[in-house]
Amino acid sequence: MSDCKPEEFLAATICRLILDPSQPTARHVAVGAASPVPAAACYLAQKLGYPIRLSLLARTQGNPFSDGTRELFDLTGQGRIDLFFLGGGQIDGEANLNLVGTGEWPGKGVRFPGSFGSAFMYMMTPRIILFREEHSPRVLVSKVDNISANGVSPPGVFRRGHAQALVTGRCVFRFHPDRARFSLASVHAGETVESVRAATGFDFDVDGSIPTTPPPTTEELALLRGPVCDEMLETYPDFCARVFSRSDDQSAPLPHEASLRGDPEGGRGGLNQPALT
Amino acid sequence: MSLTDLESLAARVPDGSKLAMPPDNSLPSVALAKALIRRGARGLRLVGVPTSGFATDILVGAGCVAEVETSAVSLGEAGFAPRFSAALKAGEIVMKDATCPAIHTMLQASEKGVPFMPLRGIIGSDILAHRPDWQVIDNPFAEAGGDPIVLLPALQPDFGVFHAVMADSRGNVWLGRKRECATIAHASKASLVTVERVVEGDFLTDETLAPGCISATYIDAIAIAERGARPVALLDEYRMDTAYISDYARMAKTAEGFREWLAINVFESRAAAAE
Repeated sequence: MSDCKPEEFLAATICRLILDPSQPTARHVAVGAASPVPAAACYLAQKLGYPIRLSLLARTQGNPFSDGTRELFDLTGQGRIDLFFLGGGQIDGEANLNLVGTGEWPGKGVRFPGSFGSAFMYMMTPRIILFREEHSPRVLVSKVDNISANGVSPPGVFRRGHAQALVTGRCVFRFHPDRARFSLASVHAGETVESVRAATGFDFDVDGSIPTTPPPTTEELALLRGPVCDEMLETYPDFCARVFSRSDDQSAPLPHEASLRGDPEGGRGGLNQPALT
Repeated sequence: MSLTDLESLAARVPDGSKLAMPPDNSLPSVALAKALIRRGARGLRLVGVPTSGFATDILVGAGCVAEVETSAVSLGEAGFAPRFSAALKAGEIVMKDATCPAIHTMLQASEKGVPFMPLRGIIGSDILAHRPDWQVIDNPFAEAGGDPIVLLPALQPDFGVFHAVMADSRGNVWLGRKRECATIAHASKASLVTVERVVEGDFLTDETLAPGCISATYIDAIAIAERGARPVALLDEYRMDTAYISDYARMAKTAEGFREWLAINVFESRAAAAE
């Protein structure tokens, strides 16, 4: 591997999980707001030639939804989103997610922003990839303080799928819903089973010898730094600047910015100028 | 239509009102939130549709809020919402945690005028355990019985509050694809809207504008507030002012810093504009 940034490595790792042939095909993948690494992974899969419909919630220009923010949940409710990404302030060994906060409900210790759509998306999406770069005992805990979204459900409760995997800055775990436990799938370069165990607050299974997570190929790195970055520049300018050293021209005027300056030729001026180009 | 000024719009909101507002990736009326702070509103119950952002944090910090019902409160890239977090810790506000599609669904029940609507998922989440107003029943249509499903009560805010690009002379407003604002307007008893500008004509006669429009049927009063979403973005007209939000996030870490921020950005700026 040539020098590659952790974000590039993680994006390539998540991309392989998206394309995992043992999983149902991901035709339509949605990516939540603050998720540049999963977004990069999805674009990489597209640029590698896989026909994936990608709905990026954070996109402003060209956002996929025209019926409001409920459209994502309506699509998911119908089973029309195949894969989604979730994380958590705390994640435990049964793949329960806590996005609410530590301490007593609703986060009397440290309050996190909140559960967002997790309590719905986790159960209604056939495949979920969990991603949290920080891999420490404070994040990966034996039992979450509060459950925003539960990793498994009792028999008889409608549920389309479970976590497929948990990707962190140290390793990849597989999740086994039948026994509600993670097993170690691979460790990133520089890590060992022991170092992962020391950094993990929950118990997990280790079956046989554990491979090292493969680094991105030369082709994958070139795609990430070229066409993937091109796609992400408008939505994730800070990420692209940090990871790919590319900057978006945020000072360029927006399509209808002129209308604010009272420019009658440039704006969406009303009925005489329905300038919805 | 009822075209008024921003301070009069805020005066229409009695203390204790339930206000539904969109988050920072949609079109919150930050201008009206600031006007509510200036009018000294108290006991407001805010509903984030489906999450909450900058406007909620400043209203909470200014002591205007008794209750927040939402799926998350955040300043996005600028981090956690500082005044909301502080108020929650101090027990100054009641927090009713939800999950995004539940907020939409409760409002959709109000849109339809039905008392509740079902929603999949949620069973097993602690959110459900802390919502005594949410119920679980067995799906009455399940042939084999069983199949538990969550029922959510209709949520009818007193006011929908949001910002739009423009209003026409009939009081219709246009905000493009931000249709969660339409859900808010349809479900609320009344809506108060700020706009960048008012133009002649009737958007509903224009096929390209009509789908991005909310009819005057739902809207009680409109005030012009140029850059009324700022620091939040307005569609393809202005970008998010990230420097302003970072500056806020830094100052609002302490109650003193927040008061200083309020004085400069809510009270003083108004006084300067009035001169």
